[in-house]
Formats: sequence, C-alpha cells, structure tokens
Amino acid sequence: MSDSNKILNTVKDSPIIHVAPSPHIRDIKTHTQRMMIDVLIALTPVVIVSVYLFRMYAVKQLLICIVTCLAAEILFVRMRGRSLTIKDCSAGVTGIILALSLPGSAPWFVGVIASVIAMGIGKIIFGGLGMNIFNPAMVGRAFVMIAFAGLMGAGSYENITGLVDAVSGATPLSALKFNNTPAIFTHLFWGNTNGSIGETSAFACLLGGLFLVFRKTASWQIPFSILLTVLFIAGITDLAAAASGMLIVHHMFGGALMFSAFFIATDPVTSPLTSKGKWIFGCGTGILIMIIRLFSGYPEGVMFAILIMNALTPLINRWTNPQPMGEA
Amino acid sequence: MGLFKLKGFPGTGNFRHGIHPPDNKHLSNESKVEVMETPETVTLPLLQHLGVPCKQIVEARQLVSYGEMIGKGEAFVSASLHAPIAGIIKKNVMVTLPNGRHLPAISIQASGDQIAPQRLWDEMRSKEWPRDCISIYDPFTIVKLIHSSGVVGLGGAAFPTHVKVTPNDTRMIDTLMINGCECEPYLTCDYRLMIEAPRAIVAGALLTARAVSAREIVICVEDNKPEAVKKLKEATEQTVIKIAVLKTKYPQGSEKQLIKSVIGLEIPLGGLPSDVGVAMSNVGTMATVARGLIKESPLTHRVISVSGRGIKHPKNLFVPIGISIADVIDFCGGLTPDAARVVAGGPMMGFSFSDFNTPVTKGTSGITVLTHDEIKSEEETSCIRCGRCVDACPMNLVPTRLALAARYNNPSIASQYHIHACFECGCCSYVCPAKINLVQLIRAGKKLATASQKF
Ligand code: SF4
Ligand code: SF4
Repeated sequence: MSDSNKILNTVKDSPIIHVAPSPHIRDIKTHTQRMMIDVLIALTPVVIVSVYLFRMYAVKQLLICIVTCLAAEILFVRMRGRSLTIKDCSAGVTGIILALSLPGSAPWFVGVIASVIAMGIGKIIFGGLGMNIFNPAMVGRAFVMIAFAGLMGAGSYENITGLVDAVSGATPLSALKFNNTPAIFTHLFWGNTNGSIGETSAFACLLGGLFLVFRKTASWQIPFSILLTVLFIAGITDLAAAASGMLIVHHMFGGALMFSAFFIATDPVTSPLTSKGKWIFGCGTGILIMIIRLFSGYPEGVMFAILIMNALTPLINRWTNPQPMGEA
Repeated sequence: MGLFKLKGFPGTGNFRHGIHPPDNKHLSNESKVEVMETPETVTLPLLQHLGVPCKQIVEARQLVSYGEMIGKGEAFVSASLHAPIAGIIKKNVMVTLPNGRHLPAISIQASGDQIAPQRLWDEMRSKEWPRDCISIYDPFTIVKLIHSSGVVGLGGAAFPTHVKVTPNDTRMIDTLMINGCECEPYLTCDYRLMIEAPRAIVAGALLTARAVSAREIVICVEDNKPEAVKKLKEATEQTVIKIAVLKTKYPQGSEKQLIKSVIGLEIPLGGLPSDVGVAMSNVGTMATVARGLIKESPLTHRVISVSGRGIKHPKNLFVPIGISIADVIDFCGGLTPDAARVVAGGPMMGFSFSDFNTPVTKGTSGITVLTHDEIKSEEETSCIRCGRCVDACPMNLVPTRLALAARYNNPSIASQYHIHACFECGCCSYVCPAKINLVQLIRAGKKLATASQKF
C-alpha cells in the first residue's frame, strides 16, 4: 500500500512506538523515593541540633540505628526472597527517627535491638513498606522501653554529660511531673533541655515539619489537629491549675510532641487515607497524649498514643470511607 | 467568577478533587485550522460510535459521490456513515481501532471530481449562520435530520447525537450544556473551532435546544481560554445562550463534573445527564449539527489537533473522516526521533496504538505524540497509603482500595466500593507516588466485578 510506504519513510528512523494503557502521562514531581528524601531533608535540622547538644551520644545512637535498620532490611528482604527495597530510603528514615527518639545514654544494644524489632516486627512481618499497621520506629522504641525499662526510664536521661548543663538534668516533662520544677520557655524552644536526642528542640522540629507540610509530603491535617487538641486540653489544665501559661508551654514545647506530630504521626502508611480521617486521627492522638501525660505513671505519652491510633486507623478508614459522587 | 459561586449559575464553577497536569496547549493553540487535501483513500469502520454497527449499503467497485450514504444506522442507537470523498468502493477490509476493536470497514479509493474541502471549512467559518430563523424547523425534523446526517458526539465518546436529543416524555430537559472545556492536555481542536467557527456552534446549539425544548443553553469553557470566551460572547449576542467560564482543572470537561460545576447537581450513580434535566454535547458536535441541518451536508469531515513534542509541526487540521493517521502525521512533518507513543485522543484518556494505517474516526479529537521523556515508566512500588489518589479522584472513590480488590481478585469488595462509578479519568494513576497503574488495575477489576455479578 502506498500509504504505508510513505509512513515507513518518515517513521523509519524513529524509535519503537510503545503501546500502553492510559493515562499516558504521570506526575513527575511525586515519587515515593522523593517523599522519603524530603523526610531526610526535613530531619536535618533536628539531627544537627541533637548532635550539637548531645555530641557523641547522638552520633553513636544515629550510626547504630541507621546501620542496623539498613542491615536488617537487607537481611529480612533476602530471607523473604523479595527484590531489594533499600532504594526507597524508608529503612534509613526509620533508623534516624528511631535514633532520635532514644535517650542518648542508652547502651549500644538498645539501639540495635530496637532497630531489628522495628524492621522485623514493625515492618517486614506485615509484608514490607506500605503493609505495616504500626509505625516501625515506634514499635522498636516501645519494645525496648518495656524490655529495658531501667535503661530507658527517666533515670537514663540524667547521667549524660553534654554541651549544655541543662541536658544532664531530668527531662522537662518528668521534672514537672515528679518534682514540679518547670523549665524556661526559651530552653524548651531552642532545645537545651534534656530528653530523647531528637525531641528537645521544638524549633528544629517545627522547621523540618513545616518544610514537610509545605512540600505536601506530610499532610497538614495531622500535625495541626494534634497540636490543636493538645493546646486545648493543656489550656484547660493550665486554667484549672492557674499556672498562667506555664503548663501550656510545657505540653506544647516539651517532650516528644513536636517531633512526633510532624515526623511520626504523619507516616502515611499508618495514618488514615482521607482528610476527615486524618482529623480524627490527629484529635485522637492529641487526646490520648494528654490522658497519658496527665493521668498515668509515665511523664510522656506520645509513643503509646500514636501506636494506639495506628491500630485504630483501619477502623477510621472504614468510618470515613468517602461517598462516591452521585450517591446521595 | 466568585470563589464559591459561579456568577449567573447555581454551581460553583468547580468540582471536588481533580488534578492540574501541564496542559501543553501552547504547542498548537495558535495554529489556525488547516485544510487537508482529499487523500487517495479513506477507510471507514462500520462502528465509529457507541452502539450498534451500521449496515453497509454499497458494494465493492461501486462508484459513490461525496456525501452519499454508504452505511445505514438501522438500529436506534446507531449512526449512518457517509462518503467523505467521491470514489470507488474497494474490497472489504478489516481495521483495528486504537480502542482495540477489530472491525469491518469500507474503504474508498478517490476518483472522479472531488469537492474542495476548503469550501466545506469556509462554510463552517462564515458569519452567515442564522440565529433567528431556526423556528422554521420543528423539533422532530431536527431529530430526523441529525439522525440522517450521522452525527455523533465529537468529544471522544462518540455517542449518537439523535439519541440524546430525541424528546422523551419522562425525562424533561431544562438545560442544554455545550461542552467546550477541552480539559485534556495537548488537545486544541475545540479551542480552534470556538475561535474560528463560533457562529456554527451557536446555530447548532439553538437548533439542538429546540429539539430537546431546553429553556437554557450554556456553553462551558475553561478560564484558560479567554480568546474563545471572547469570540463566543460576540457570536451569542442577542441570543439566550449563556457562557459559563469555569476553573481550569482536569477533568472539568467530564459530563458529571461539568454538570456539578455549572448547575451544582450530581447525576445519580449509574444515571445519565437527563436524570437531572441536562443534555450535554460537545462544541464540535454542535457545529456538525448546524452543518447537517442548514447546509444539509452530513458528518464527513472534522477538526482534529495533531500535537505533542513527538511531532515535528503540531497543527490543527480539518480532515475527512477515514483518512489514515499516516497521512495526517506526514502532513505535520512526521515524527521526531524521540517520539515514543502515539495516542488517539489526549494523554489522560486516549488510546495508544502503533499501526499508522489506523483511520481517523468520528470520535478522534486529536493525535497526541509523546516523547520518551514523557512516558518514562518507572518501577511500581508498594502503595504507601498516602491518600493522594483519594484526594485526586473526581468521583470521590478510593482508588487504592479498588486497585487492591482487583489485584487480589475480590469482586465483592470492588463492587461494594463502587468500582463501576470510576470513569477511568486517570487522575489517580497520575498522582500516585508509588507509580501504581491504578486505572489499569481498576479496569481489570470492573471486568471481574461484572463477570461475578452474572453468576
Ligand atoms: S496514591 Fe498510590 S501510594 Fe498513595 S494511597 Fe493511592 S495508590 Fe497508594
Ligand atoms: S480513574 Fe477512576 S478511580 Fe481513578 S481518579 Fe478517575 S474516577 Fe477515580
């Protein structure tokens, strides 16, 4: 046919034409790997502050957790005979978040065990990234917190020699809870207080967290609703105790709240799908945090609050299943 | 246009969710429609519309003249076919259309005197289209003439137009909506038509509104086409036609989303626009209706856009239906060396194909040629449940759940989460950071769900 000859001439040196189902274009700006890299960038200020404050303690903890998490991921994935998933950086992110949520003084095996549990029980057992119900880093931390209560408890924070004198004392929340000694706002804000190595500086967490929200890598609904709920409940307790704002400042800027609200609760895998679901998740987390902080033996409740809400996420997803358009 | 209210309309000018892909209209939106000369052969599949194929009424070696009916749409949901060129009918052929259908087709070898296609286009562009004397046509005549001119929706779905406009006592039509959104990236054929032949669109709209006895006529255009809005405003002066300028967003031009944007009503699941008193048609279809009724010339030619970075000279063309895509691509200077995918329609919902002998059909709104860089396929990773697909789905579905149900062969979950409400717009696949081919999975899931309902 003359037609086909003609086209062969023009198309001859062009490459193979591919056929595939629609849509034929994809958003090049979104990518799982890119999201993980965003998280790594957002964690940088937190890491810098923690290294500045806790020096070798922080460096040691970070190295141990990152290396173990990566090694555990490779090992477990090999065991399951799956292709390597290191490229998505999620193991590295888990490692860093885990390290930042440990006390600087925790001995090396705590970090190692926490990492192995995080990757193994927290993630791989469920089927890898995307299938897990609980935030892996929080699973690892909860395990060591219960298994090594002595090494992880309030005492572990007190025998550190860091750059700033303040970091050798009790954490602000336990000081407040057990000794009733409040910390100064600027210390809480910039971070020269004691605590898990990544949680002390509200400023660094806000900086990184806002970057994540701005990049739309993390949802804004979750951190916003957590902070709002905590602010509300802390406000009531503050008024009731006539503490003129001191309690608000402590609950908002002390402890792991900022760090967790932006970096842990926003983990997409373990939080709800819809916007409405995210609000419920955030408010629930905020309420649980304050219940644990105010009424339990623990000074801090962020970790358990998030784990509980993780468990409720499938349920929240079911409650908030959107109605298709036209289904009145 | 207000933030929450579209001035003069009950809707907001917007719908929930959707995406903003780069529209890439600049490649061809300034090129005037060029008229292609009559090709040596045309190939006309007997089914170019949704519905029943038409019946071939000519024989091999028979001579046909321009506009002669060669296929008769006997069933109600069918459309007739007319010869776009004068010539000799060749032996029957089979063609495979980009949507995967393998069909018998009539092939015509040009011979004898041809009408000048330029004349047809000039007719379309002229300012002479009547706006007031349409009352001489009575509604049933209009429907009959639309039927006999073989008009189908030119926006892509190619549903026979006479079916939509046949008066129906149980479903009254209030509003005739003319869709000029053209929300697919790259395509510019409707845009050029609105600029160059607004009068024909207006005449067609008035006629169609008369057939369905609609009280309101609204032409809907996205706000990235101010030039088209201007031209339509001029053309609709002193008529009842209103123009709705809507937010530019994909898929604004989809039936359900557009009705929601303009009228604020939602079509019930599984329903039709007529359920909410709306008839909708594309701007190109309206111009064809006007041509069929007033000039008594059937649907034989249409405007298509040939665009994309993989084509040397993107253009908008006035072509006879049935012309081979090879001819069209040649006319536009051929493909560039990095061309990688040829799509009939736009990149979001179009069908890709590799056989360049494929003909342009009534529903082909354009040819989009994408390059390697644009279609680079990335490895699919696991769903991270980020919810972006949920926030993108204009039907408010949960694409990730539908895709999972399809992947794990679970038709009951798929139906429970309304898999059939998905109209495969592609928004979910577009945004997914894990690069999961959600639409493809959902398509498979629909088949599964339908099959399991049968037992
Ligand atoms: S956009 Fe992709 S990764 Fe995100 S929830 Fe949907 S399917 Fe999963
Ligand atoms: S293709 Fe279907 S599921 Fe995906 S966004 Fe469009 S309507 Fe929703």
